[in-house]
Amino acid sequence: MNAGHGATNVAVLLIELGAILFALGLLGRLARRFRIPVIPLYLLGGLAFGQGGVLELSASEEFVRIAADIGVILLLVMLGLEYSASELRASLRTQAPIGVLDGLLNAVPGVLIALIAGWGGVAAVALGGITWVSSSGVIAKMLGDSGRLANHETPTILGVLVIEDVAMALYLPLLTALLAGGGAGKVVLAVVIAVVAVGSVIVVATRFGRHVTQLVAAQDNESLLLGVLGLTLLVAGLAERLHVSAAVGAFLVGIAVSGSVAETAAEVLAPLRDVFAAVFFVAFGLSTNPHTLPAVLPLALLLAALTAGTKMATGYLAARRAGVRRRGRWRAAVTLVPRGEFSVVVAALAVSAGAETKLGPTAACYVLITILLGAAAYRWPDHLQPEQTATP
Amino acid sequence: MSVDITSRVLPGIGVCHELALHEGRHIGIVIRRTGQRDFVVYDEEGDGAAAGVTLTADEAIAVAEVLAAPRVVFPSPVEGLIVEQLPVPADSPFARRPLGDTHARTRTGASIVAVLRQGTALPSPTPEFVLHANDLVVTVGTRAAIDQVARILDGSAE
Repeated sequence: MNAGHGATNVAVLLIELGAILFALGLLGRLARRFRIPVIPLYLLGGLAFGQGGVLELSASEEFVRIAADIGVILLLVMLGLEYSASELRASLRTQAPIGVLDGLLNAVPGVLIALIAGWGGVAAVALGGITWVSSSGVIAKMLGDSGRLANHETPTILGVLVIEDVAMALYLPLLTALLAGGGAGKVVLAVVIAVVAVGSVIVVATRFGRHVTQLVAAQDNESLLLGVLGLTLLVAGLAERLHVSAAVGAFLVGIAVSGSVAETAAEVLAPLRDVFAAVFFVAFGLSTNPHTLPAVLPLALLLAALTAGTKMATGYLAARRAGVRRRGRWRAAVTLVPRGEFSVVVAALAVSAGAETKLGPTAACYVLITILLGAAAYRWPDHLQPEQTATP
Repeated sequence: MSVDITSRVLPGIGVCHELALHEGRHIGIVIRRTGQRDFVVYDEEGDGAAAGVTLTADEAIAVAEVLAAPRVVFPSPVEGLIVEQLPVPADSPFARRPLGDTHARTRTGASIVAVLRQGTALPSPTPEFVLHANDLVVTVGTRAAIDQVARILDGSAE
């Protein structure tokens, strides 16, 4: 390749990348203006560009794909950094029955619908994951912005999210192994590795968190950033090698790093996460041809209606179990409806492994619908009559 | 008097403290990992916030200082005037005597706007108000006038 060719390529890459990021910035402002979560806009932005969109990417395609992979890893390590190991243990202890109920009520409809549609077993497991997990990112932001953090149903909502995130650390290796087409032995092995890894990280982080933390602890933010990022990519890569999924490796690094180092690490990683996670959502939109959306829309609507209902049942029952009254139960119910980053991660994994082609557009539509549904219903419980209380 | 506080962990966000107030309502304070604080008043039903504000870390500290101040602190109402809390010493000629006997206002031009007794503010004392030893007399006036009132109270005037 001659130097001139290379220079043109770089120019095209910079122009394309610049245009994408600039457009994302505008979309972010738009989302803030209309007080809606930004993820649907990123997805729509991705759909507008790329394959079948108004502008196809050329030089930046490769970079965007790698950036998207890093985006997933950063999303997951940040999630792990936000939870301390003791919080995870406490949530697992108190909310385990709700976690099981949540999994059954929300994953099963996805599995069944994929099977009825004749997509096959592997795609069914993927669709089950897509309908299962609510969006920690979208929901935590909505709670924080709406002044509901002090509400009595909030610990329950966050507890469900924590359980789901831990469940994902076991589910993703299962899915990765299934997608890789290994036999039953390989699938079982991947899950066993994941269970052992998750269990031991939680134990190690609570007992010896300080030692793990010292691996990356640094006086200056620059060294800390490089240390945490390096360790995360390293472990994510090793996890991928073991077919346990890079995302799970990153999540576990986030959990293992604790205390004030975790707080600073989260602070310095946040801008990086914002950039790469945005690119991840766009990349998913890019890889989805918008012309395929109308065909899957009825299915996505059915799926969204069904699993919005089952997720509301989960939230309602979880809040009732925690002793929250009627309005709070309904707040928990509607708050949990939005699906987001995890559904997209699962769909992206499945699509890149060559599973059912309709999975990508279905997941894109589904995530958009559930987020809009959740945002629209968010304020509705405020209009309910308060329950009569016994207190004078 | 003990205060009834319940604390809840909010995984990934921080901690929420709920206070059952003496008057019956509950207030909640969320301490976010980001340093922000949410301050809410719960609704009648008790599970949800009826109203609330989000404070930055600096604002939270300022509010805490105001709330925790042992005495009433007045901001300076007008430029040139200052507010000061003047003690009534145990050997003051005016301990156990009505405030009017000091003739502080006519003699100095300073105004006594409140008296602090054992941490409680007694606003707008009348001339019949009886001063006690160790009271703090909240006085507004010019520097010179306030110094003059201080001398009257400790008996060193004239």
